[in-house]
Amino acid sequence: MYPERFTESIKKVEAAREKNISLEPARMTAQEKEDLLKAYHPDYKENEFEVLKIGPNKGEKVPKELAAILQAHSRITADSVNLEKPDYDVDVLIIGGGGAGASAAIEAHEAGANALIVTKLRIGDANTMMAEGGIQAADKENDSPAIHFVDAFGGGHYAAKRELLSKLVCDAPEAIKWLNELGVEFDKDENGRMVTTHGGGTSRKRMHAAKDYSGAEIMRTLRDEVLNRGIPVVDFTSAIELILDDKGNAAGAVLLNMETEELLVARAKTVIIATGGAGRMHYQGFPTSNHYGATADGLVLGYRAGAKLLYADTLQYHPTGAAYPEQIFGALVTEKVRSLGAKLINVNGEAFMHPLETRDVSAASIIRECSDRANGVDTGNGLGVWLDTPMIEKIGGEGTIEARIPAMMRMFAKYGIDIRKEPILIYPTLHYQNGGLDISDDCMTTKVENLFVAGEAVGGIHGRNRLMGNSLLDIIVFGRSAGKNAAAKMKDVKLGKLTLSHVDSFEKEIKDSGIETNEVSPKLLPDYRRKEEDK
Amino acid sequence: MDNMVNIFLFGKKYEVPDNLTIMSAMEYAGYQLVRGCGCRNGFCGACATIYRIKGEQELKSCLACQTKVEDNMYIATLPFFPLVKKVYDIEKIAPTEQIMMQLYPEIYACIGCNACTKSCTQELNVMQYIAYAQRGEYEKCAEESFDCVMCGVCSARCPAGISHPQVAMLARRLNGKYLAPASEHLENRVKEIKDGTFTELIEALMQKPIDEIKELYNNREIEK
Repeated sequence: MYPERFTESIKKVEAAREKNISLEPARMTAQEKEDLLKAYHPDYKENEFEVLKIGPNKGEKVPKELAAILQAHSRITADSVNLEKPDYDVDVLIIGGGGAGASAAIEAHEAGANALIVTKLRIGDANTMMAEGGIQAADKENDSPAIHFVDAFGGGHYAAKRELLSKLVCDAPEAIKWLNELGVEFDKDENGRMVTTHGGGTSRKRMHAAKDYSGAEIMRTLRDEVLNRGIPVVDFTSAIELILDDKGNAAGAVLLNMETEELLVARAKTVIIATGGAGRMHYQGFPTSNHYGATADGLVLGYRAGAKLLYADTLQYHPTGAAYPEQIFGALVTEKVRSLGAKLINVNGEAFMHPLETRDVSAASIIRECSDRANGVDTGNGLGVWLDTPMIEKIGGEGTIEARIPAMMRMFAKYGIDIRKEPILIYPTLHYQNGGLDISDDCMTTKVENLFVAGEAVGGIHGRNRLMGNSLLDIIVFGRSAGKNAAAKMKDVKLGKLTLSHVDSFEKEIKDSGIETNEVSPKLLPDYRRKEEDK
Repeated sequence: MDNMVNIFLFGKKYEVPDNLTIMSAMEYAGYQLVRGCGCRNGFCGACATIYRIKGEQELKSCLACQTKVEDNMYIATLPFFPLVKKVYDIEKIAPTEQIMMQLYPEIYACIGCNACTKSCTQELNVMQYIAYAQRGEYEKCAEESFDCVMCGVCSARCPAGISHPQVAMLARRLNGKYLAPASEHLENRVKEIKDGTFTELIEALMQKPIDEIKELYNNREIEK
């Protein structure tokens, strides 16, 4: 039940529901999309970006908040850590315990490598766990990896590195098969055909799902497999600097026990950064759908060690974050809600856009509706538009919501909103880091030898925008590939003397360029404690 | 001004706005969380919490990120519970009744007290899914337990020492791998890719000038 102040608008939504269900809003033309993005997408707000003064991407712009942590002081100095007696000595060090890290660990272990996962929270505390909607793969008869490629390449504004994208789409069916054989429960019909739907910007129904717990189902299965294999997982332990050897190759990491603050040293022949995204940086003050640890740590670690970033100036704002009630402000409302037929409706009951445009276009369109067009709903905590969930039951029949999106039903039911009968309020939320570390198609960084990257910390797989379901896919495809390649590469690695001299050099660069900052990075966790000025 | 309520974090009193979740109330009170906080959205099970409202007998359980504070709420978080996780090789086991007997024999010691179900933070019928596991009905166990976030509260309350989330995890993997029907179209596509069916198409796309790909993208036929 909504408070009375929403009643008038809800009545309009209800009155127009039948008409809006049968309406097929026109898709925007390429030109319309371009104009819309330039005017309303947060990536185009020039004053929210800053040009980097130091490091491999010197001269390029990134979000202000990211610039602050990329050009910040290390938590250590080179001489404050004894590298002579490592606490861990392994073949493959995997930093991050999400879907990419777990996939990498399983494949490295399969290849016979001695692998170690370190993670600053627990294994599985990751954006993977929260991915609701699904995972793409072109495995139906009317589809092909080539069609998948065109959808993703166009959706990403033709900016993806083609060799990465072709790997993504060509390895996709195999990734689904691998997950299924590990025991992931995909939605299937009685004959075994995968139940697949559209996502924004797809031209074929290739979204595979496990209800709306798709990421959780994948993550808990991968975690179970990591544990079954006895792969060691050091939890509540973050990586705070990479260690290089005297040839400048990656050779381990300095670790921090998050509870005791003890420093530890992990030596490794190859290192995989699988640290995920950056939602908790709250770029431009946006709320986020991301997990607690999404603070772009891997980008900081890699950057200081000399790795290059690609498209670090582009973020994904998921069009449908919860806008009401405020307890779940910014939480993800899966795109699958729209895949199942719910449309976006403004305060007057009008379906103002096609519900399945790509995410950047949808987010920009919602922002326009709530700003210049003044057709937003006042939530009491900002603005939003309706996502008319009862349409799903009308289209798919009663019970569709409970069967297909139970997590969404539960999330709103906790606050007394029955999404089967009442629409929900949404507004864009910071969801995904499109950019990241630049890699070749073997997952190794283009600048630092023996440093591999997988998952959301990679830049260039999707270009400047990502389609729904291609991230769960990339963590599996590139996670597995990084694990295999790091395990193969370590066989030829003869580690030289370990060093942290790059940490001191970077500090010197900060000083020489005149940057004045008190910031220390990586950030590791956001600080949500009540601030002194609010007391 | 917000309406304020009194809560007791590990017995210590704090005054917090009444519209906060338990998790954000802890942060409001000054806790920098490390343990007991993961996705903050009800999917990861990191923030299992028990509480009692002053004057009431019942000890309730919830996820801190999904539950609003109430006046006179005594709160203790349960950020870790030592569940028993048995290891197995998924390739070498079979979805028979015996596998549960081998790995999790304690499920047969269930006394039917239903404390697990009553304590479930996801409102699942936990005792029922354990009953399905006892009978080797893994498909039903998988379905009944599907929304489990493995927070461990059920196991903390179980007099028989059952690690319910791990039992369900095994059932789901058995179901996903062995019991659910195989996907022929998936097998076919994997084979086609291995056989190089799409290699030429993909290679063409790798070389194609951007304008030609734009043309392709803007004129795509979109499946209804």
